[in-house]
Amino acid sequence: MPISASSATAPDGGPAPVVRIRGLKKSFGTTVVLDGIDLDVHRGEVVSIIGPSGGGKTTLLRCVNVLEIYDEGSVQIDGVEVGFTDSSGTRRKRTERDLAHHRAETGMVFQLFYLFPHLTAAENIMLGLRKVRGFSKAEARSIAERWLDRVGLTAKADSLPSQLSGGQQQRVGIARAVAMEPKVLLLDEITSALDPELVGEVLAVVRKLAEDGMTMMVVTHEMAFAREVSSRVVFIDAGRIAVEGKPKDVFQKQSNERLRSFLSRVSHDPGLK
Amino acid sequence: MDYILSSMKFLWQGLFVTVEVSLLVIVLSLVFGLALGVLVTYGPTPARLAIRLFSDIIRGIPVLVLIFTVYYGLPVTGLNLNNFVSAVIALSLFSTAQIIEIARGALQSIHHGQTEAAKAIGLTFPQRLFHVIFPQALRRFLPPWINSVTDVVKGSALVSLVGVVDLMLAIQQVIGRTFVPMPLYVLGALIYFAINYTLSSLSRMLEARYAYIRE
Repeated sequence: MPISASSATAPDGGPAPVVRIRGLKKSFGTTVVLDGIDLDVHRGEVVSIIGPSGGGKTTLLRCVNVLEIYDEGSVQIDGVEVGFTDSSGTRRKRTERDLAHHRAETGMVFQLFYLFPHLTAAENIMLGLRKVRGFSKAEARSIAERWLDRVGLTAKADSLPSQLSGGQQQRVGIARAVAMEPKVLLLDEITSALDPELVGEVLAVVRKLAEDGMTMMVVTHEMAFAREVSSRVVFIDAGRIAVEGKPKDVFQKQSNERLRSFLSRVSHDPGLK
Repeated sequence: MDYILSSMKFLWQGLFVTVEVSLLVIVLSLVFGLALGVLVTYGPTPARLAIRLFSDIIRGIPVLVLIFTVYYGLPVTGLNLNNFVSAVIALSLFSTAQIIEIARGALQSIHHGQTEAAKAIGLTFPQRLFHVIFPQALRRFLPPWINSVTDVVKGSALVSLVGVVDLMLAIQQVIGRTFVPMPLYVLGALIYFAINYTLSSLSRMLEARYAYIRE
């Protein structure tokens, strides 16, 4: 299926959001992880999601690409509900095939990379292009090489993940996700597992993607980075959006007590002061 | 010595039956064991429980009892199978139960993140299995599987007890005619050893071949 840029507009005439989340709820057993999230992400926006551990940040991302099936509420990508069909009036979980199709529209980069260890860097990127997008081997290879070039790993195309540093592996992880030309890119604490000196090279790649207009939802503990690249920052606490706004408003006004205490705990980050 | 040489053709036929039984069991148990192994790992709970029960029961019964049950026991239910078919079925049941466990162990050893990453790029369940999970699980599957294959070859000697003239029974029949047990048993042991040593060498080669896959 070809990827087409949507030209849909919202009922009020403004551009429709790429991601539209309404009343999103998710529990694991008796633990409520997401307790009614409303969030729109528009084309080209970079939305950073910050907040304490266990607050539901990662679960929110996982609901957007349906790695988790949410309990209540709605997640739409370009106006299409991702986890359920509601045509007949009753909510039905989508089929595996539908879910796979939706996941291909949302790129995900993981904290622990999760590169396929039996495939080279180029093959990691080519797998989705060939099996999901239907490109020929040669086409997929040339797309993979183009993306490896953009993340600065031209020379590593035929290296196995075990031969790459953490930072290099994560850059391949990013290339693998963006090569699919997703409508939104989800980054889940992608620098948390890296040695400090490797964080910069990965963030540089994300910064470049942001400049090129990639729509992104970024869960991060790098506050300086969140402030620098985000169009908007969302502070999630106890499964709800507690504060939402422009980065400088969120970080400078610190209007909310929970946000203030969270930021003071992570304020070893030199970029904040 | 002349007796032994003159019985070589007879032994050769026995060896052929041993190889035939072994190959049939290896192929059947691989097909069913892999399918059930995937199902027990990823399938719905009732299927998982049923397969676990099957494999626990079969693995708790001596192979010889299985062979006798199929050959002497099933006719009671009206199902008459000849000794060759009975022996192949019984050994296949036994080996399938082993392979279910080997496959389950190999599949479960693959980090959950691999499945998530594969899902995230939009791969469907069969695509995830064939392009992401199986290639990685293969390295962990091969050594214990080859081990179970050598068990099948050795265990195939038990089919002689229901009158299938395999290498084992051929040896015993030659001994019955020549009354020289020792050289013939040694010869038989050497033949079984040659087959299994070849297999385990092959296993070591394959292990080295897939050693490059590191998490």
